[in-house]
Amino acid sequence: METTTKGPEASSKEKKTAGKGIIDKAILRDALKGAFTKLHPKVQVRNPVMFVVAVGTVISIYESIKSPSIFTISVTAWLALTVLFANFAEAVAEGRGKAQANTLRSMQTHTDARRIDDKGVETRVSTAELRRGDFVVCEAGDVIPSDGEIVEGVASVDESAITGESAPVIRESGGDRSAVTGGTLVLSDRIVVEITAEKGKTFLDRMISLVEGASRQKTPNEIALTILLAALTIIFIPVTVTLYSFASFGHATVSVVVLVALTVCLIPTTIGALLSAIGIAGMDRLVQKNVLATSGRAVEAAGDVSTLLLDKTGTITLGNRMAANFYPMDGVDEQELALAAQLSSLADSTPEGRSIVVLAKEKFGIRGQTMGDNHIFVPFSAYTRMSGVDIGDRMVRKGATEAVKAFAVSRGGTVTPQVDQLSDRVSSHGGTPLLVLDGNRILGVIELKDTVKDGIKERFAQLRAMGIRTVMITGDNPITAAAIAAEAGVDSFLAEATPERKMELIISEQAGGKLVAMTGDGTNDAPALAKADVGVAMNSGTNAAKEAGNMVDLDSNPTKLIDIVEIGKQLLITRGALTTFSIANDVAKYFAIIPALFVARFPGLKALNIMALHSPTSAVLSAVIFNAIIIIVLIPLALRGVRFKPASASHLLRRNVMIYGVGGLILPFIGIKLIDLILVFTRLY
Amino acid sequence: MNIALTILALLIVLGISWRYLGSYLEAVFEGRVKFLSFIERRFYKLLGVDPEAEQSWQSYARSLIIFSVLSIAFCYGILRLQAHLPLNQSHLPGVPPALAWNTAVSFITNTNWQNYAGETTMTYLSQMMALVVPQFTSAAVGIAAAIALSRGFSRKLSKTIGNFWVDITRVIIYVLLPVAFIAAIVFMGQGAVQTFSHSVTIRNAATGFKQTIPLGPVASLETIKQFGTNGGGYFNANGAHPFEDPTAMTAFLSVVLLLAIPVSLTYTFGKMIKRKRTGLLLLATMAFFFFVSLGVATVAEKAPSPVMSAATHGQVVHAFEGKESRFGIFDSVLYDVASTQTSTGSINSQLDSYSPVGGAVALGGMMLGEVSPGGVGSGLYTILAFAIVTVFIAGLMVGRTPEFLGKKIQAKEIKLASIAVLIMPIVVLVATAIAVSVPAGRAGPLNAGPHGFSEILYAITSQGNNNGSAFGGLSGNTAFYNIIGGVVMLLGRFGVMIPVLALSGSLAAAPIVGETDGTLKTDSFLFGSLLVGVIVIVGALSFFPVLSLGPIAEALSHGRLF
Repeated sequence: METTTKGPEASSKEKKTAGKGIIDKAILRDALKGAFTKLHPKVQVRNPVMFVVAVGTVISIYESIKSPSIFTISVTAWLALTVLFANFAEAVAEGRGKAQANTLRSMQTHTDARRIDDKGVETRVSTAELRRGDFVVCEAGDVIPSDGEIVEGVASVDESAITGESAPVIRESGGDRSAVTGGTLVLSDRIVVEITAEKGKTFLDRMISLVEGASRQKTPNEIALTILLAALTIIFIPVTVTLYSFASFGHATVSVVVLVALTVCLIPTTIGALLSAIGIAGMDRLVQKNVLATSGRAVEAAGDVSTLLLDKTGTITLGNRMAANFYPMDGVDEQELALAAQLSSLADSTPEGRSIVVLAKEKFGIRGQTMGDNHIFVPFSAYTRMSGVDIGDRMVRKGATEAVKAFAVSRGGTVTPQVDQLSDRVSSHGGTPLLVLDGNRILGVIELKDTVKDGIKERFAQLRAMGIRTVMITGDNPITAAAIAAEAGVDSFLAEATPERKMELIISEQAGGKLVAMTGDGTNDAPALAKADVGVAMNSGTNAAKEAGNMVDLDSNPTKLIDIVEIGKQLLITRGALTTFSIANDVAKYFAIIPALFVARFPGLKALNIMALHSPTSAVLSAVIFNAIIIIVLIPLALRGVRFKPASASHLLRRNVMIYGVGGLILPFIGIKLIDLILVFTRLY
Repeated sequence: MNIALTILALLIVLGISWRYLGSYLEAVFEGRVKFLSFIERRFYKLLGVDPEAEQSWQSYARSLIIFSVLSIAFCYGILRLQAHLPLNQSHLPGVPPALAWNTAVSFITNTNWQNYAGETTMTYLSQMMALVVPQFTSAAVGIAAAIALSRGFSRKLSKTIGNFWVDITRVIIYVLLPVAFIAAIVFMGQGAVQTFSHSVTIRNAATGFKQTIPLGPVASLETIKQFGTNGGGYFNANGAHPFEDPTAMTAFLSVVLLLAIPVSLTYTFGKMIKRKRTGLLLLATMAFFFFVSLGVATVAEKAPSPVMSAATHGQVVHAFEGKESRFGIFDSVLYDVASTQTSTGSINSQLDSYSPVGGAVALGGMMLGEVSPGGVGSGLYTILAFAIVTVFIAGLMVGRTPEFLGKKIQAKEIKLASIAVLIMPIVVLVATAIAVSVPAGRAGPLNAGPHGFSEILYAITSQGNNNGSAFGGLSGNTAFYNIIGGVVMLLGRFGVMIPVLALSGSLAAAPIVGETDGTLKTDSFLFGSLLVGVIVIVGALSFFPVLSLGPIAEALSHGRLF
């Protein structure tokens, strides 16, 4: 269970992002600047924890001007650094987004668009003038001016700018591949596009503002956590403020600077400083996986998902069904069946058709059948659900069981029970049966088999351990679906799926308190995508689907749903882990500061100085320095997210409590002691 | 041996109570217990309440506040006017305003802090109407709030959380009255007094010494004092007075009575939410704190005090000062620990005479929020508020939006739970700071130095937690301490209860989320440990500085803790 098997696409993804590293120099430079510009009170007040630190710093500055000493000045300096470090963390996270946004922005077109009116008259207008519903012409070499729907023509389009994929894709009018994105380049042919988004509202614009964090709103969970952190901040203000009167009651004196230092050390500054960076970085990790989320809320919801609806084709199976076997009827020679099957597929250019030709060749060496003049190819249609060839009066067909049976009967043939037996046998193995008919005689069955992706079973096992149920969605009949479901190891399946049934499934899961994630690309998927808690639309899909979902996968790879769930979980875990760490840290800080505060008045309290810190001043300063430095140290962790291995909740909890809870309890004892030793060593104290 | 047997007996009796009283309480609140429904119906008619009509949380809270405010006014009135009311055998004057305010608030908030000596201040009528009646009603209010919160967890998409008037009526007539009545008879059998006759005066023939011994309706107060975790004694000496706690058996029974409801409510909760394991987990967490407190206090009190050892040249001397000498050190400690940890606050030995560590145990139990097991109802709803905070942090660490018992914990829930958990420390710290800063407050403690600080801190902490146990050593019956104490008690009671009811409303309205392997298990050992951790850390972080100036500074002045 512990092995982290990566999906087939994971390796290629890593290559894409490997060059970026966590932080590069340009980002660091900008972030340093950002650390100072973010000092603006308007920015600070958004983060209650850091706001208290900022106010404390101002008080401390005032105090150290009033009575300057090395101690007060250095404490004040480190308090100021704490604020700057927090700003820096946020700026670094934003910087990474900005870098991506800049790349995107550079491809926004400034060239003119070729608008055509009802009469087909073409005028050159600037992109800014385009309105929804306008029609534009794009030919080879043109950049598509804005998002739209192809209404006429077919073209190959280079979408590498947004997907990172260099291979051009085909976009054509009608069907599910008609959407084009502004900023992409037409490589061949001519298309007419109906504009669906005005300037400033295009996909690219949305993407830029998202990765930049400009339109970032706090997510529900982030708000809840901010409230908890605010509560943990508010409690420490009376704790330290009242200490002033308690101390004077006990005839002990405490300096304001030390009280400010104590407050700052106790309030959860670590998580407070890194919280927004964690959120931005989570979004960023999605972008690096080439997934765009319309809101941070969707990313969080992904972590909560308990049911995944996965399309069979392309997600669970490779999606190219290949002919695997011929099963002749009694009294029919297998070779005769193969011959007829091959004949019916000669002009069939679908992968299935070609695989039949290849299988016949491999098994019986049948080759060289060529289409004669009298051969009339009958293509597959959704209505007949058959394809084949007419040679004079002779009709050779292959097709879906029911269709071919009906066809045979209509032409006076007989259907023996063996037909159903053979097709059921194929279905029960997870194959798809194709009946072959010559004239009105059913010859037998071709078994088409789909291959389950490598490693997918292990991934589902991991998902199950995480408490996520996988449901395979397929148009196959229940028997075939059951066989593939068993082979792939999904928990359940929906056979003979229609958009309506998919919708029903989502509604029933949600009624049971489950959160559902799904992928989809077609217009008929749109209602389900909108209904699902996490709806990932394929970029290759229609605009309707993209509008309905709350994420878009630029690579159009449905398997990525699993990655999305993991990113969502990782985001929440990182927040929880750093909150725990932050709170656990307080214990050591108390042991550093409290004896330091009162040891002069109550010498017995030196027993609490369990770290044996050098002096009261070095103890306070060490705690403050530790408190500031830990923010910087944890920035990479906040940006990368804590390591996530799919496992059960109990397992994850145990692991994270050990590392961040117990670790967070122990580490500051060591860290503060070390800093104290350094302070003593440098003879500053 | 004695210790082991006592604890074993206690465990057995409480185990039975947990299972059966817990189950009975659930039946009472769900309306399945009906044998006194003719009385019930009369009550509802009198109050003008439709027992079938449920209330939203706002309406529930409004009823609770109205009831409590009227009760305070009622008690205050009786105390002020007692001179002119019947049953004033000793011709006592009316209670002064500040003291009457403090006492009325104290009894209505289930605190039972007493800034007076009962036998010389209160008439029999005041004792019965202004002090015994609230011991029933305030306990009922606390239990009702806990039940309302439990309903928040057990219901889904519900706008209502029960009916306040029905809840308190049922718990009083089906649980509190019958048990207190039967127990009072047992206490009387053991020697607790129950009479309207005047005090008796005896004369020691040998010494010629004359002594007046006050009497009164003691036994009836005594049992509800324990069973409702109230703690307000009839006499100033509280449980150390032989008329209140006549024998070792009543001492044991007292401990059982005061632990019974707080312990059993965890079963009630588990049954209501259909997850008995979760109820057991809450009980285990409470028991952990209880036994740690008991263990530490026993060790601390059994150990010879350093000062006395020095005086007696190392001879082992037990710290018997202030202990209940009839029952010995352990039984004294058990009674006081059980009483302070349940927020009862009755005592049979003087905490002020305890060692610094022994005293800190009582203080620590309160500072941790009174969940060990805490007062009737308040212990359960407070630990549930802590559990919500724990779930939130732990839940994030498993990579999901935190959920507790099928309810998503989001901004609103975490806000209310945080208020419920943090209001007490804030109130206590601020009020203590005021007390040590103003001359009227500084005049209070009898001792100087850290011990004097502990005396003030204890008094405020006890009232802020609605505990009512007294550390002693503080002249509390002053205008300053009476007034600030009343305010602290009100905030400590309703400042927690109202957010708890709001929490119940918010939870009841939410749907129940399905559970998967990815859901945080909230009935595991690990979760229990985290809950303990959060309670300790919140308490320690809030109070470590003040403790270090009080008991810790005092204890360490001897150079060691024990």
